[in-house]
Amino acid sequence: MIEKIYNKNYHLLTEVYMSKNRAEEFLNTFKKTADFVKELLQENEKLRYQIANLQEELRSYKEKGVGVDAHAQCIAKIAELEAEKNEILNKIREVEAENKSFAEKYIEVENENNNLANLYIASYQLHSTLNFKEVVQIIMEIVINLIGAEIFVLYLLDEKSNELSPVATEGIELSEVTNIKLGKGIIGKSAKTGENYFSEIIPIYENFNQDSPIACIPLKIKEHTIGVIAIYKLLVQKSTFNELDYELFTLLAGHAATALFSAKLYTESERKLSTIQGFIELLTK
Amino acid sequence: MAKIEILVVEDSPTMRQLIVFALKRLKDVNVTEASDGVDGLKKLSNKQFDLLIADINMPIMDGLKLVSLVRQDPKYSNMPIIIVTTEGADEDRKRGLTLGANAYLTKPVQTTQLIATVKELLKLP
Repeated sequence: MIEKIYNKNYHLLTEVYMSKNRAEEFLNTFKKTADFVKELLQENEKLRYQIANLQEELRSYKEKGVGVDAHAQCIAKIAELEAEKNEILNKIREVEAENKSFAEKYIEVENENNNLANLYIASYQLHSTLNFKEVVQIIMEIVINLIGAEIFVLYLLDEKSNELSPVATEGIELSEVTNIKLGKGIIGKSAKTGENYFSEIIPIYENFNQDSPIACIPLKIKEHTIGVIAIYKLLVQKSTFNELDYELFTLLAGHAATALFSAKLYTESERKLSTIQGFIELLTK
Repeated sequence: MAKIEILVVEDSPTMRQLIVFALKRLKDVNVTEASDGVDGLKKLSNKQFDLLIADINMPIMDGLKLVSLVRQDPKYSNMPIIIVTTEGADEDRKRGLTLGANAYLTKPVQTTQLIATVKELLKLP
């Protein structure tokens, strides 16, 4: 009996105990659900607030007349700025090109200036003396230092014999050079016509060949030729003539011719003067 | 401010004038001229120079001899030297630079090239 009562109580106690556990479990789930619903409600409230704000913003834009047009206006503004940017870039390119052109012109002017300075000094030196030998020496220096010639001959025209006689040489002995008839060969023709001669191809120099110069520059006073500079070889570092050489040659040839002519006249007049003085002395003795 | 002292040793008066004229374009430069190596040495002993420009082919004493003698002088061991010459062969260039020249320019020398070399060696703006 006692055992029956015990067993019944035990079952009851177990059931009570289990019911208690289920209730706790239910309560927990209920609490969690309540929290979640609360959270959802809060979130919902926030969203409603945001929607209200956006609606308010939209209403304000509509009132101001902005709206869908704003987008189009922004695109138009971007296009305008883009065009402005391209215009500025083009202007920068133009300025850069102009700068480049100015820099090139500056170099050109600088070179021209240097050449004029060289020409001025050369002509100043040529006219600095009336001594024939000194003038010849200056011509030789100019041809070596300004033109860059290694082997060349300065011929002067003897009007009586119509022959070109060598008066100075560089890189070759004077004795190795002979007279040339006016009009004969490249040198003679250059002297006769008064025209510069430049060989189209500068051959490799092997031996001295008097009739094959690479350049001939007649020394002229107006149209009157008084001599010729014949170049046979350039300095090793100078492979060819440049544009400037042609101009320099012509300009220097004019100065060299007048300097030579003046010096020759002066020397002759000096000689005549001393002869006359000798005669006078003889007569007055 | 003290002027930059440059000595030009060149036997050709025309070439000397061309070099002097080019150098005078530089600011605060004083140029002294000498007609050969011996004349150059004499002028170097009388005054302190900042730069020497010398030709090679000169009477009495050539430019190479001048360069080697100048380099032996402790006073001028660091002075920049420019050789301006008609001798354009590689061996001549090597010889000049080995003897102590800082630059080797061949004739016909361009003024712009000469000025640029001078500026570079003297560290001028």
